[in-house]
Amino acid sequence: MAGSTHASVTADGIAAVTAAPSVRPVTPGFEAWRRFRRHRLAVAGAVVLALMVLTVAIGPTIWRVPINAIDFSAQVAGPSLAHPLGTDSLGQDLLARMLYGGRISIAVGLVAMAVAVIFGTLIGAVAGVAPGPVDAGLMWLTDLFLSLPQLPFLLLIIYLFRHSLTAIVGEQLGIFILICIVIGGFQWMPVARLVRAQILSLREKEFVEAARALGASTSRQVVRHILPNALGPVIVAGTIYVAQAIIAESTLDFLGLGFPPDVPTWGRILYDGQNYLDIAPHWALFSGGAIFVTVLAINFVGDGLRDALDPRKVI
Amino acid sequence: MTRYLIRRLLIAVPSLLGISLVLYVILALAPGDPFSALASNPSIPPAVAEALRRKFGLDDPIMLRYWHWLIAMLHGDWGYSFDSRVDVDVLIMQRLPTTLYIIGSSQILALLVALPVGIYAALRPYSLFDQIASTFAFIGFSLPTFFTGLVLILIFSIQLHWLPFVYRTNITATGWAGVWAHIAQAIMPVLVLGLFQGGSWTRFVRASVLDVVHLDYVTTARSKGLAERTVVGRHIVRTALIPVVTVVALQLPFVFGGAIVTEQIFRVPGIGSLLISAILANDTPVIMAITFVFACLVILFNLIADILYGWLDPRISYR
Amino acid sequence: MNEQQLRDLIEDVRAGTRTRREFINRMIALGLTAPLASAMLLQSGVAMAAAPYEYKPTKRGGGGPVHVLWWEAPTLLNPHFAVGTKDQDASRIFYEPLANWDADGNLIPVLAAEIPTINNGGLSEDGKSVTWKLKKGVTWHDGKPFTADDCVFTWEYASDPATATYDIATYQAVKVSKLDDYTIKLAFAKPTPYWADAFVGVRGMIIPKHLFEQYKGGNSRQAPANLAPVGTGPFMYVQFRPGDLVRAKINPNYHEENHPYFDSIEMKGGGDAVSAARAVMQTGEYDYAWNLQVENRILQLLQKAGKGQLKFLYGGDIEHIQLNNTDPWKTVDDQRSSIKTTHPFLTDPAVRQALNVLVNRQAIHQYIYGPAGLATANFVNNPKRYVSKDTSFEFNIATAIKLLEDAGWKPGPDGVREKNGVKLHMTYATSVNAPRQQTQEIVKQACQKAGISVDLKAILASVFFSSDVANPDTYTKFYNDIQMYTTTMTQPDPQLFLAQFVSWEIAQKENKWAGLNITRWRNAEYDALYKAAESELDTVKRAALFIKMNDLVIKNVVVIPVVYRPDVAAAINGLNTRLSGWDSQMAYLKDWYRET
Repeated sequence: MAGSTHASVTADGIAAVTAAPSVRPVTPGFEAWRRFRRHRLAVAGAVVLALMVLTVAIGPTIWRVPINAIDFSAQVAGPSLAHPLGTDSLGQDLLARMLYGGRISIAVGLVAMAVAVIFGTLIGAVAGVAPGPVDAGLMWLTDLFLSLPQLPFLLLIIYLFRHSLTAIVGEQLGIFILICIVIGGFQWMPVARLVRAQILSLREKEFVEAARALGASTSRQVVRHILPNALGPVIVAGTIYVAQAIIAESTLDFLGLGFPPDVPTWGRILYDGQNYLDIAPHWALFSGGAIFVTVLAINFVGDGLRDALDPRKVI
Repeated sequence: MTRYLIRRLLIAVPSLLGISLVLYVILALAPGDPFSALASNPSIPPAVAEALRRKFGLDDPIMLRYWHWLIAMLHGDWGYSFDSRVDVDVLIMQRLPTTLYIIGSSQILALLVALPVGIYAALRPYSLFDQIASTFAFIGFSLPTFFTGLVLILIFSIQLHWLPFVYRTNITATGWAGVWAHIAQAIMPVLVLGLFQGGSWTRFVRASVLDVVHLDYVTTARSKGLAERTVVGRHIVRTALIPVVTVVALQLPFVFGGAIVTEQIFRVPGIGSLLISAILANDTPVIMAITFVFACLVILFNLIADILYGWLDPRISYR
Repeated sequence: MNEQQLRDLIEDVRAGTRTRREFINRMIALGLTAPLASAMLLQSGVAMAAAPYEYKPTKRGGGGPVHVLWWEAPTLLNPHFAVGTKDQDASRIFYEPLANWDADGNLIPVLAAEIPTINNGGLSEDGKSVTWKLKKGVTWHDGKPFTADDCVFTWEYASDPATATYDIATYQAVKVSKLDDYTIKLAFAKPTPYWADAFVGVRGMIIPKHLFEQYKGGNSRQAPANLAPVGTGPFMYVQFRPGDLVRAKINPNYHEENHPYFDSIEMKGGGDAVSAARAVMQTGEYDYAWNLQVENRILQLLQKAGKGQLKFLYGGDIEHIQLNNTDPWKTVDDQRSSIKTTHPFLTDPAVRQALNVLVNRQAIHQYIYGPAGLATANFVNNPKRYVSKDTSFEFNIATAIKLLEDAGWKPGPDGVREKNGVKLHMTYATSVNAPRQQTQEIVKQACQKAGISVDLKAILASVFFSSDVANPDTYTKFYNDIQMYTTTMTQPDPQLFLAQFVSWEIAQKENKWAGLNITRWRNAEYDALYKAAESELDTVKRAALFIKMNDLVIKNVVVIPVVYRPDVAAAINGLNTRLSGWDSQMAYLKDWYRET
């Protein structure tokens, strides 16, 4: 069954590609967008993600309850009209905190993921095509980062850079940059190894050989021919990183590297709420749910992107 | 191939030395010292902490300390723990069996879940099975282990009273009761870790199989009239495994290194909990020993992965 | 006995010069029943202390195993290397001191035949020597007799700098000599009112000479007995896995008749405090869990599960906020918070008083700590005889605003008060710990309402409490305006505890920030009081000196006490645990039993 379907799909694909120019000239970018649009889940994911970003961006201006107003009369209260998502152990409104924290968490998740993916792809691509010694050197760097014990290393970074960086770019932005670099800096290694492994295999394939024979430069071979084919695992890694970065951000808070203790983020709300799971489940479940939905949405977008960028695939 | 292997092994020696030096310097420079427990207690005179620092050689220059460590290590002396005042290798050997048992089982579980589910889902993309598998995979890796662990405890230990949530290393029961006791206490930590890992691996397997199923040689194989099983097993999976081998190889050193959070939740006395308590106590010899062994394993498994690439895809050339 | 005598007796109990138990025994002697005597105390407003402990088992053993959970796992079993409470507790299963502290801060003989007093000749009139008589017929777990030689050796061992014990100061302060096989004499260089330090309580555990003799000094870490202890205690070593598990079995030759009740003990380590509480009070997998620093709300709800109960051990630990007297933002001689600087606004008494009324201790007690953190005005809160009655606290934002207004601190355009270009903006640091972060938020909001802006900082405990000179975030460096933590009172005598405010103990670069005085407060009157108390042998006068010192600290708002924190533990229903806040939680393990 699968075999016949695929065969026909491939044929359709060729038909579509060959048919397209006769209708009107299509740029690869437009073609990708067209393919992306046809991926229903990807579009749904993009819409959900956009909605979430919109909610946390303008939410606090609509839901004007302060994030830190302490109310001892409403400690760990469940959802109600006054507090649609309930309150935490100081009686602070969880909806306000989730909206405010969402800005940080989504931004950190996306930027840290981008840092890791871009840096990892770069290292992996260079290692994959560069001569032996460069490859060995870069892989040594990867192995080094993989074996570093994170906690002492993070403490060292805080101690060395926090004051100087926050002095240059200001408290909030400085912390944000530091967090994204640190989280991304600890997650690029698998991407680098994945990309390198894919390149080792892909660079021997016929279509790359063809490009090489046609005189394509190494960088063109990599960027135009190899990388698009190596994207699948990288996109998976990217979506996993968004989730991990949101959680990792809260860990950094506890180490004193992240935002001050009175700034709520999704990871921190989830962490604080965990011990109340059997008493006041709303506390942990809303934050956990928010992370889950974000990851889900980003993942579908990733799937769509991958399908859209892979010229052989037809949806 | 043999020459490549020998060359890689030879390179491994200086790279390990380099890594050990960097690790040592980072640990030495990182803030904190082994005596924080002395600190908030006004009845312990400061001179005590200072005498201890001197006794453990913490005031020597870093390079000298590294040199001492390296020489000792080459003689098979792993140093001794500041915190326990016990030889480090004794501590590690005490923890190793439990770690191998728990983390090893969880990685096997993860593979057993990820491979079939990932492949099957990729062969029928966007089918109902794929959707369900994907949802579970997302839940698996978007919720942190501290959270899923607690959920399992609340359900299976506190509500149902089926499973214990404190891991014991001194189970005295024998026979089937003993075997069950060993299995029962491992179920939750293995599930938490295995599903977290399995969730992300499933996605990797699915993605890389998806990348391969449409390639021309697969269509060729099918059009030759090969059985679907042969096509999937020999043509698709083998090539698709390259990214999977990569991520699994990255993960395997943790079978030694342990899983800090999960071990903490279930009180599994593994290497991970040894490492984190050593880090919090700034017990440098223990941290150094564990991370160094870990680094050796990272290098080893990545080398194995590199060799496996060649077996999975014979066209890959070793340069 | 007439009414006046009775009232005096009750007053004595209230003042702490007489224990509750002494009072009750006296009443029983007069023909009253114990509950009635107890009720008399209650009616007179004397707080309910621990009821006298009753040991019911009539034979040794037969109690089966007892499982205890220490969520910080013991990592070593040599009592003189045992820096952490966890290790001291684990060592105490095997080793014993000459005497234990009880919950009221009194001495109870263990390996001593009696407690030295002036009457029995144990204490000299000049306060310079103590003579201990040892219990006879005590044997080590390997059958060798326990004698004065072991005590003298323990002193030699612990006071040798090469051994690097953590209690070296205790043992270097005395000279120990053997008078006969069962009598030792401790000699002090100067009159020492607080003599019960060496050989007593946590730091007093005595180790066997015959096993440690060869491992004194530089090779102390090689002693096999470090990992396989041989003591005199109620349980004998079976197994030890550092960071995981301690197992012990009953000592059939224990020196106290019919003790212990349990046949074996298993101490499991690791995990976190909340799940430890769950394992006792929700699932009953364990019998006892230690040090449950958990939000009160969770503990109370877990207790409702009905399997176990919370236990509170009253020591003298105090969660307090320290105000920096020096300037943390100016670098002088390569250090911040140097004593050559003064703080730009925290040296203004009005600001200090304002902060004092901005800390809502009652709310912090009620909503965060519950019975595990009692709102207090005092720095010294226990034993009762040292507690000042002349202090009080309130929470009043209006008062704070008035104090600041009167002192000339006017709101700036951003709402933050300022005077002569100095803004009331401060950093507030503490260690990472959920109740502490909640306290920080409560204080911060009150301060904001009064026009003081606050930046919160939470620092990882292992960094905050480290003695690392290179690290700027340690509490002794105090590179912040105010900071908060719990300082522990390890002995039922406030002398060492109050050394935290004497001027010669100021933490500075010169002493590698190892001084005890973190606030860098200097006061000649306080110094003089402290010196006087150091050699005052009259216990009543000495107590008066301590109370005055406490009052000076409080009236000058050197620190703001937040809550007085007893230790919290959980015990399964039916387990009778004898506990003392002044000693290890395992100190009375021999007296634990299960009600059947």
